[in-house]
Amino acid sequence: MSDTTTSASGQGHALSSPFAAAQLMVARDIQLALRKRGQIVQPLVFFAIVTTLFPLGISPELSRLRDVAPGVLWVAALLSSLLALEFLFRDDAHDGTLEQHVLSGQSLTWLMLAKTAAHWLLTGLPLSVMAPLAGLSLGVPAAATGGIVISVALGSIALSLIGAIGAALTLTVKRSGALLSLLTLPLSMPVLIFGARATELAIKGSSYAPPLYLLGAMAVLGVTLAPLAAAAAVRISLE
Amino acid sequence: MTFKQWFHRLGSPPYVYAFGWLSALLIAYGVFGGLVLAPPDYQQGDDFRIIYVHAPTAWMSLMVYSTMAVAAAIGLIWRIKIAHAAAASCAPIGASFTLVALVTGSLWGQRMWGTYWEWDPRLTSELILLFLYLGYMGLRSAMDDLQRADRASAVLAVVGIVNVPIIHYSVTWWNSLHQAPSVMQLAKPTIPPSMLMPLLSMLLGFTLLFAALLLVRLRAEILVRERSASWIREALHP
Repeated sequence: MSDTTTSASGQGHALSSPFAAAQLMVARDIQLALRKRGQIVQPLVFFAIVTTLFPLGISPELSRLRDVAPGVLWVAALLSSLLALEFLFRDDAHDGTLEQHVLSGQSLTWLMLAKTAAHWLLTGLPLSVMAPLAGLSLGVPAAATGGIVISVALGSIALSLIGAIGAALTLTVKRSGALLSLLTLPLSMPVLIFGARATELAIKGSSYAPPLYLLGAMAVLGVTLAPLAAAAAVRISLE
Repeated sequence: MTFKQWFHRLGSPPYVYAFGWLSALLIAYGVFGGLVLAPPDYQQGDDFRIIYVHAPTAWMSLMVYSTMAVAAAIGLIWRIKIAHAAAASCAPIGASFTLVALVTGSLWGQRMWGTYWEWDPRLTSELILLFLYLGYMGLRSAMDDLQRADRASAVLAVVGIVNVPIIHYSVTWWNSLHQAPSVMQLAKPTIPPSMLMPLLSMLLGFTLLFAALLLVRLRAEILVRERSASWIREALHP
């Protein structure tokens, strides 16, 4: 099914595939988000603050912190990705653009995948770069950096996808922060378990491939099924 | 007669009493058989008898969630409103079964493993199931528009069904502290009949109890949703 759009120069383009629409959506979301850089930076600052709380609350001894570092890093990553989910649909839902997306005739599943991909590029990927830095502050050896980056990057894909379902379901609920957490966190627990396991193995210096494969499997499962659920949820919320 | 009227009748006396009394009989035999007739376990002595509450409620927590998810899917796909009402009625019952399963399991774990809780895959995924039930009920209550609440919580119920096979197979997939399946096997069960019969009776009794509770709740749900329909006004004021 083709559709026409006009670019800034007023030229008409025919969209011949949902993939083209998805590409446009990713570019649009990233461009818009880069205009509000606070939205990208705030979850990262939250992550840094939360990882700071644990040494203050537990003990400043690096050896003890190193033991709890995988869990601390992953819980903080989970919570900050929850925070970042607020920005996924909020602006588009407020000014009616989301309704236009639903009515556009383009495959809403592809558009949801595109929005989630853009969201991951803006939150999950920066998080995976910040995580080893926070790890260093928790006594994690520098050799584990690669493992932490890969596991957080892979795990945050699934987190963004699951979170998109929760965000779509709670679109019309006011002050949905706690409810969004209640819906998203139980489904994200497997990601937390295997991500922390991968990080722990990376810190020890052993091969972290097995949990990484499972994280990848969850990411693939999410990519195939989560956009469908998110699209259905968006349609329901906007009915 | 429509589905709604049929369910309303089924949830009213005398039909619902049939479910209730049959359930009570089966549970009574199960309790008597489990506490008195079944011989003590060679390893655990009398401690194992809590299985007669723990295992049926755990099975029911999964069964009820599956029922809820199927009803929710029917409501989503075919837009049959009574399916949404049924799913809404299932949720609190399922959450209660899950809570009882977790608590009885915790008490049993204290006797058998020396700890009230252990973060092994089956216990963790059962806890996630409880959170899914609570999330379903929370999402439903957070929305004012009934139709939107129905459909949104239905999406959540369908998404959460992935947890049910994880709970069931967690003891075979992982090296779990929890006991491997000894009843739900394709081969002959490894449990003797004197212990098995009361267990099956409790399971059937709890299933009928769930049916009775579901029908009562569903009847109330129908009355609330259809309160302006003529057949209800005739039924209430004959």
